Amino acid sequence: MKRVYVNEKWCLGCHLCEYNCAFANSGETDMAKALKDKKIHPRIQIEEGESISFAVSCRHCEEPLCVKSCITGALSVQDGVIHVDQQKCVGCFTCILVCPYGAVMPGPDGHAIQKCELCLNNSAGEPACVKGCPNQAIVFEERGTE
Amino acid sequence: MNYVIIGNSAAAVGCVEGIRSVDRDGGITVISSEPHHVYSRPLISYLIYGKTDEQRMKYRPDDFYAKNNVTPLLGRTVTKVDYAGKRVLLEDGAAVSFDKLLFATGSSPFVPPMQGLDEVEQKFSFMKLDDAKRLSAAIGPETRVLIVGAGLIGLKCAEGIRSKVKSIAVVDLAPRILPSILDETGSALMQKHIEENGVTFLLGNSVARFHPNSAELKNGGTVDFDVLVLAVGVRPNTKLAAEIGCKVGKGIVSDDRCAASLPDVYAAGDCSESLDITDNEYRVLALWPNAYLQGETAGINMAGGEKRYDKAIPMNAIGFFGLPIITAGSYRGETYVVQDGETYKMLVTRENRLKGFILIGDIARAGIYTSLIREQTPLDTVDFELLKDKPQLMAFAAPQRAVKLGGVQA
Repeated sequence: MKRVYVNEKWCLGCHLCEYNCAFANSGETDMAKALKDKKIHPRIQIEEGESISFAVSCRHCEEPLCVKSCITGALSVQDGVIHVDQQKCVGCFTCILVCPYGAVMPGPDGHAIQKCELCLNNSAGEPACVKGCPNQAIVFEERGTE
Repeated sequence: MNYVIIGNSAAAVGCVEGIRSVDRDGGITVISSEPHHVYSRPLISYLIYGKTDEQRMKYRPDDFYAKNNVTPLLGRTVTKVDYAGKRVLLEDGAAVSFDKLLFATGSSPFVPPMQGLDEVEQKFSFMKLDDAKRLSAAIGPETRVLIVGAGLIGLKCAEGIRSKVKSIAVVDLAPRILPSILDETGSALMQKHIEENGVTFLLGNSVARFHPNSAELKNGGTVDFDVLVLAVGVRPNTKLAAEIGCKVGKGIVSDDRCAASLPDVYAAGDCSESLDITDNEYRVLALWPNAYLQGETAGINMAGGEKRYDKAIPMNAIGFFGLPIITAGSYRGETYVVQDGETYKMLVTRENRLKGFILIGDIARAGIYTSLIREQTPLDTVDFELLKDKPQLMAFAAPQRAVKLGGVQA
């Protein structure tokens, strides 16, 4: 299955992936309207160190601890993509307790979680983070490792 | 192959999904005293509060049993297991044959003998959907509630009903709240937060005698109440397993394949023990994720697959009145503590491993810590100074990150 992979040596730490993610999931059609003067809540997050930076988003694990631990059944695997039903989620954060990547986070209102769903559930249709990355520091491809 | 599962909650669903990942055809029967489609018991406080409803609190979709070719016998109670005859006997006289049997019988509220308790008419446990519905029907804006037990169940109940009742008092013999998951500092912080939301605590105290609408306390004083909730503790349901000769300690004894001590019999969830790797002790880890993972392991092994459940640790994600808590592991060892108002962090290390942590307030990316505990990662292979600051993958060496994020094979 195609997934988002990180080439950390190419990451500039420009945070464009975060903005593109927040825009793609905003439901707005105008980027300025969606993001300007707002606190953004991206599902991909840049980690920055002294000389290295990289983006972290859901790995869509084959053995997803978040799905297996979810107390409500709000998290499920649909065609290999880990999906959250935000109507079912009560924001208990058990998924945040177990995700080894720190890739699940509370949504903007804090009452349900959000996570990368590879832009399959928004108008972008393919990962907006990857599409907008200026340096191919994240790629969306089949690696056949699993 | 006929599989019989006694129980219909997280461990049972884990078992069904585990079996079906290996065996598409064998017959599966799920038997439960509760008449409901599988639902999430921890959500009953959210149900009373109004944050979920009966449809949304179903743990799996309506077609779960049909899709997995499961025969659900719901509202039916198992009274006995005939191990020699390989069948379970139901209260209504029916019998169901099995080749492989799973005990996923859960736990029941433990109510210690308390003087005068029989005189109290409006008393409730807080474990099941029906408990929540009964409690919900019994309370109103003028109701004064007394909760016995300042643990996870009692306090989740308090949160769920707070906006629906006049007052809530919580009494507990222990001197602090949530002692099973928090240290003293964490308990004090949460107690203050919950008090600020209108709950009164009577700690280090107990009920000497109940009257129909009041409780005399051991340390003097009386609490008047209209409704009593008993949340003292739970006990694993081990009777059926013990009767056929399964080894039972605190819970049903099972190995890392979730097999009980008798051939073809398995145990998972709150009725069973598992090995807590942070302390190397067998414990009943009565937690939803552990129940699912044990059930899944049992199911795969029952169906002839190979799966080990060998990374069990205590872990909890819970919150009260908007203040989230995430904890994992055990707290014996060296501690690193940071506190700032309602934000609290404690990391516990021992023998070059992270053994436990408490996060209150800021719970972001806590799973990175949990993973270090589960995987027993030697701390000298990561940058622990970075981890003290916050959970982050930057703390791992580049080759490990390439495995985690870059699709490189381990």
